[in-house]
Amino acid sequence: MADIMRYAGQAVFYVCAAALTGYLSFRPLYQQTHPGLAQIKLSFSHGAQRVEDCRRLTTKEIAALPPSERRPNTCSRERHPVYVEFSIDGELLYSKSLEPAGLSKDGPSRTYQKFLVEAGVHAVTARLRDSGREAGFDYEMEQQLTLAPGQSLAVDFRSEAGGFILK
Amino acid sequence: MDAIRGLLRFPLDRLERLLGTVFPAHWNPLFNLGALGFFFYWVITVSGIYIYIFFDTGIHEAYQSIEYMTNEQWYLAGVMRSLHRYASDALIICLLLHMAREFSLGRYRGARWFSWVTGIAAMMLIYMAGISGYWLVWDKLAQYVAIVSTEWLDWLPIFGEPVARNFLAPGSLDNRFFTLMIFLHIAVPLFALAVLWMHLQRVVKPVINPPRGLAAGSFLSMLALSLVLPAVSQGPADLARVPGNVGLDWIYLPLFPLLERLPGSVTWSAAMAVFLILITIPVLPPMKRSAAAVVDLGNCNGCTRCDLDCPYEAIAMVERKDDSPFSMMPQVSASLCVGCGICAGSCPTSMPFRRRADLSPGIDLPDFTMAMLRDEVEAVAKRISGPGRLIVFSCQHGVRASDVKHGSCAAVSLRCIGQLPPSFIDYVLSRDLADGVLLAGCKENDCYNRFGLRWTEDRLAGQRDPHLRARVDRRRLKTVWCGAGGNAWLDAELAAFSQEMASLESLPGKAHAQAPRVKEDAAHG
Repeated sequence: MADIMRYAGQAVFYVCAAALTGYLSFRPLYQQTHPGLAQIKLSFSHGAQRVEDCRRLTTKEIAALPPSERRPNTCSRERHPVYVEFSIDGELLYSKSLEPAGLSKDGPSRTYQKFLVEAGVHAVTARLRDSGREAGFDYEMEQQLTLAPGQSLAVDFRSEAGGFILK
Repeated sequence: MDAIRGLLRFPLDRLERLLGTVFPAHWNPLFNLGALGFFFYWVITVSGIYIYIFFDTGIHEAYQSIEYMTNEQWYLAGVMRSLHRYASDALIICLLLHMAREFSLGRYRGARWFSWVTGIAAMMLIYMAGISGYWLVWDKLAQYVAIVSTEWLDWLPIFGEPVARNFLAPGSLDNRFFTLMIFLHIAVPLFALAVLWMHLQRVVKPVINPPRGLAAGSFLSMLALSLVLPAVSQGPADLARVPGNVGLDWIYLPLFPLLERLPGSVTWSAAMAVFLILITIPVLPPMKRSAAAVVDLGNCNGCTRCDLDCPYEAIAMVERKDDSPFSMMPQVSASLCVGCGICAGSCPTSMPFRRRADLSPGIDLPDFTMAMLRDEVEAVAKRISGPGRLIVFSCQHGVRASDVKHGSCAAVSLRCIGQLPPSFIDYVLSRDLADGVLLAGCKENDCYNRFGLRWTEDRLAGQRDPHLRARVDRRRLKTVWCGAGGNAWLDAELAAFSQEMASLESLPGKAHAQAPRVKEDAAHG
């Protein structure tokens, strides 16, 4: 093959390689969610109440401890599981008893869930119990939310802030 | 496994041949994928150092600093950003093709297992480095990549707090996050470089720089792409919104939609399965391991040629402790030797002119000795007749000997074309076993055993020991580096060469073929 043709062939190769790289680097566009949908994330990291309340140690118990470890109170490490329910427009989408983290079950219970909903007005209900009770809830939130298309709303939980919070 | 390799080999072979029509053999991009990968790595490094000067690690400042580079200083920082992006894509393309090609050619077993395994590790690190780079831009694509990858990682019970909670809502993210990411984005490629260094430890004379012309062409094409289609951000990240439409980099991130849509149990199981298959593939059946070369000290003078020619560093010269007058001797490492026979081909005592009992070179393959090779040559020579008789020495990684069907030809299969001592060519012609000798091997610049073809060419040209003797009529010798799929090419060359040899019958060259037997010195080089 004549040199000129070879060089032309090489140029064609470089152009094709660059074009392919450039195209695949951005296209085709990927649509993560339908444009008419919104997203609600339910996520929290919350340590439930302890299985046993803290109590004062007796004088005898304090005396039995090594001097460097003597303290007035003792608390059990284990926590209750956190039970959570999450509903949108009356439909229960998520309910789970979340075990506390850690070998001694003394860590927080955690969850991270995503729900896609049509944009518009929705009644969102989130309930949570962390006291080990069999029925009822310790925290509850019911709210009418107006979600715009493409909006991402987070439902978090912080007991010190009074319960569920919207972000 | 062979079927999978065949499926990969077919398109790659076609592409190699197509590129071979426009590139010189040593410029063929598919023969330089590893070196091109290194080249793009350096382009990424230099461009990355430049854009790091302007990069700010604050949550809002990260995006703004990149916008400054792209829009205000587009002529340098913007071009560097684009080069950084496109060279990263090109690196991944090179690595994937490199891996697919080496697999399709069976270059992942035996002595090559170490390079294969470290190559897989390096590829994973380079992927991680690239993906961490997307986060730093902190645009919509970064938001998508960050959320999907952290949600995927969170499926593993190894993080105390779900990492994806960092992207829960506006205000969740901390400035320190980008500091951590930039650290990872620098540290992981450096670690990858260390693994790449290990990747080359068992490769003799590794090629880590592509030919200058190929490097220049590759760089210019990336530069042109950076100017014509600059890499741009896709709008600032907003955790209060779903990223929606994103211009995904399908070279780096083709699996992200799957990670996002399939359960973590499925994606993690698939990832682990693929990883285990890739890591264990060098030891999976069918194993075809040839016996390692064996040294015969009685015929070895410690000339070091086998050591110099071994492509796998399987031979080391060590001190000789017997009462021989020679001080050094070769020692073969059975775990590194693949039985290619290049050492036997380099041994000056691999001399077919010796008496039958004497044909025991200083180093030889126990399961395919030089004596066996001579017997086979003599046997096939009896099967050919008529004008234009040819004996073909073919590499088993090129066109198979059984596929050589031309009427007046017979083929002898070698482990590698470098296994053939040049004296065998002299032997065939001077004993009138054939009118011509044709060597058929792997494609030029793409020898399965890396140096077999190169050493053979050097030996024939008298540039490397053992030389082909000057008395051999070069018109009666032809080389065809056609590779495994080059049957049609080889057939055409055979037909033409046979006809050419037939026409030489009455010429003086024939006198050479009829020359009386010459007693050869065993040490002849």
